[in-house]
Amino acid sequence: MLQPGLYHILFISTALFFIGVYGFFTRRNLITVLMSVELVLNSVNLNFIAFNKYLWADKLDGLFFTIFIIAIAAAEAAVAIAIIINLYRSHHSIDVERAEEMKF
Amino acid sequence: MLNNTYLMLIPLLPLAGFVLLGLFGRKYFKNSSGIIGTILLLASALLAIYTAYQYFFQVGKVNGFYQKIIPFQYTWLQFSEGVSINMGALIDPISVMMLVVITFVSLMVHIYSLGYMKGEERFSTYYSFLGLFTFSMLGLVMSSNIFQIYIFWELVGISSFLLIGFYYEKPSAVAACKKAFIVTRFADLGFLIGILILSFYSGTLDFNTLIERLTSPDSSQFQAAIASSFLGMSALTWGMVLVFMGGAGKSAMLPLHIWLPDAMEGPTPVSALIHAATMVVAGVYLVARLFPVFALSAPEALTLVAYVGAITALFAAVIACTQTDIKRVLAFSTISQIGYMMFALGVAGYGGEAGLGFTASMFHLFTHAMFKALLFLGAGSVIHFIHSNEMKDMGGLRKYLPVTHITFLVACLAISGIPPFAGFFSKEEILFAASQHNQAVYWIGLITSGLTAFYMFRLYFSIFWNKAPSTLERARGEAGEGGFVMILPLILLAIGAAFAGFIPFGNFVTSDGKSFEPVSHWQFSVLPVALGLIGIFIAWRMYKKENNLPDKISASFGGFYKAAYNKFYFDELYLFITKKIVFNLIGRPAAWFDRNVVNGLVNATGNTTEKVSTKIKGIQSGKVQQYGLYFLVATITMAVLFIYWWK
Repeated sequence: MLQPGLYHILFISTALFFIGVYGFFTRRNLITVLMSVELVLNSVNLNFIAFNKYLWADKLDGLFFTIFIIAIAAAEAAVAIAIIINLYRSHHSIDVERAEEMKF
Repeated sequence: MLNNTYLMLIPLLPLAGFVLLGLFGRKYFKNSSGIIGTILLLASALLAIYTAYQYFFQVGKVNGFYQKIIPFQYTWLQFSEGVSINMGALIDPISVMMLVVITFVSLMVHIYSLGYMKGEERFSTYYSFLGLFTFSMLGLVMSSNIFQIYIFWELVGISSFLLIGFYYEKPSAVAACKKAFIVTRFADLGFLIGILILSFYSGTLDFNTLIERLTSPDSSQFQAAIASSFLGMSALTWGMVLVFMGGAGKSAMLPLHIWLPDAMEGPTPVSALIHAATMVVAGVYLVARLFPVFALSAPEALTLVAYVGAITALFAAVIACTQTDIKRVLAFSTISQIGYMMFALGVAGYGGEAGLGFTASMFHLFTHAMFKALLFLGAGSVIHFIHSNEMKDMGGLRKYLPVTHITFLVACLAISGIPPFAGFFSKEEILFAASQHNQAVYWIGLITSGLTAFYMFRLYFSIFWNKAPSTLERARGEAGEGGFVMILPLILLAIGAAFAGFIPFGNFVTSDGKSFEPVSHWQFSVLPVALGLIGIFIAWRMYKKENNLPDKISASFGGFYKAAYNKFYFDELYLFITKKIVFNLIGRPAAWFDRNVVNGLVNATGNTTEKVSTKIKGIQSGKVQQYGLYFLVATITMAVLFIYWWK
């Protein structure tokens, strides 16, 4: 069985990161924007796991960081959804283009 | 021992009156504020008299010398080891004498104002200001520290400002109070610099230490102050001259006298208290307070005091002969009499018989406070009755104002130096001291003495005789003298003006604290008294009956009369200097600089900011994703920079 190498995984995580970034800038729906942010976070998680496994296999630091990031992502999602709900209540829409009062 | 509590209460009672009436007077003591102020001041006056009794007769004298006692003192601001601003009381013969004078005259004015200011809209404010003034003045004379005296000096300045401008609806009163404030402030600048010079060289602000250090030729401080010089005068002399400048401003000496005649815009009792008896003699008091330094270490400065005083005395007396507003005559007479006190100090030496001028000056201060306050209060009664300040509206008033008439006459005799009234004794002492020391000053004093008698009796005859009573247009049915409260102070002050001369002042107030008995020289007195009588006689001829003699005589003087009538154009001179020279040369360029350079800089900053921000405000679009993009681009740029360039 062919083992995937570090570069394979890094390639996937980079792809995931830029998919996330692309989604963040192009989507208009806030839920989708939030999902894109999650993609970015998870690409980072993947990097941590990969570096931990291939470079310092005897240590657990990368894994712990991943767990922290997952926890923070969950909290962030909760906050973000609360904001989105409030936005929906005031604007009757969750389109980011519609919420642009905070300007000059 | 002196009782400290009593001593502290003397200034604190008027202060309490000021605070109470100032804060609550309008609401709660609308009608009773006068009584409250008067009672507080009565208590203060009694305490002052008690203190004087204790000091002069029980505790003050040790080994034949009156001591300078500091009953209490605490450090207020400590600058360094040995240099501190202290708050305390200094009790010595002159401060005790001043305590009595101030509280007594202030009490008389308080009582008198009950009648004079009755029905005034700001009655309680008036009494609270009087309290503030009395407090500040008492604090001034009790100061143990030269900086403390400066603080109270400014406080009396501000209370004088408030009281001159009491009728603030009158533009002339507003102008007068501003003028008084600005002129005295200008003089105080000199005083402050003088304080700084003196304290720099002596290393202390405390009066006793300062005097001790600057008068002993062996002390290092004295050597340093004498050694350093500027424009040919030693630093010490400069310091004393500048201190005297402060005193000259407050006491309306010659170049700085212009504020006092205008200060007559205030209520008349205020003029009696502040601009006749107490505040204007603060300058004399200051010179007397630092007298040992003047006499022993800075004789040049003392000579300056003598000449400024003498010239002022003569100059003001000449102007007083021509004025027609009765309060202005009195104002110039005050300036003249303060000039007397100043030159008396100027011709005095330190210690023993040589200090006669010092004693005489303080004596004259004391008697002058009595008769000048009386003259002003009498003038107040006249104005109260006539509702005019102009002499031509008066005449024949002796029928309507009998008490005022008699007391005014007593005061006029006193100021003219006719025996046995108070002014005779003090004036003779002054003239005798001057004749011993400086003939020029003596002759100026002598001429002034004759002029004084003339203009005072000109005033007296014009008010109370001159026209027949029936020709008085405004003769009114009502009794003119304003009741008991306005008569009582007149009578009490008249007693003072008549008999204060018999106090053996040399026993109490001398330059070095040692009593001496001034020798009386009756032969010497003949000439001044004769001159006084001649002055009175001329005034009697000219003003007893209405005639055209005064006009003829004034016409014969021609230009000189006109110049004197216009106060020798000092006001115009000042206006010329300030408006034409100072404003044009300093004010306008400064204004131009402010408008164009300073404002320009500020405006340029504002305009630039505004323009730049209009250009770049599009960045803040409100679009979240755009912000994200900026963030991304910046991050990538920084990453690239860090990786490829920074290394």
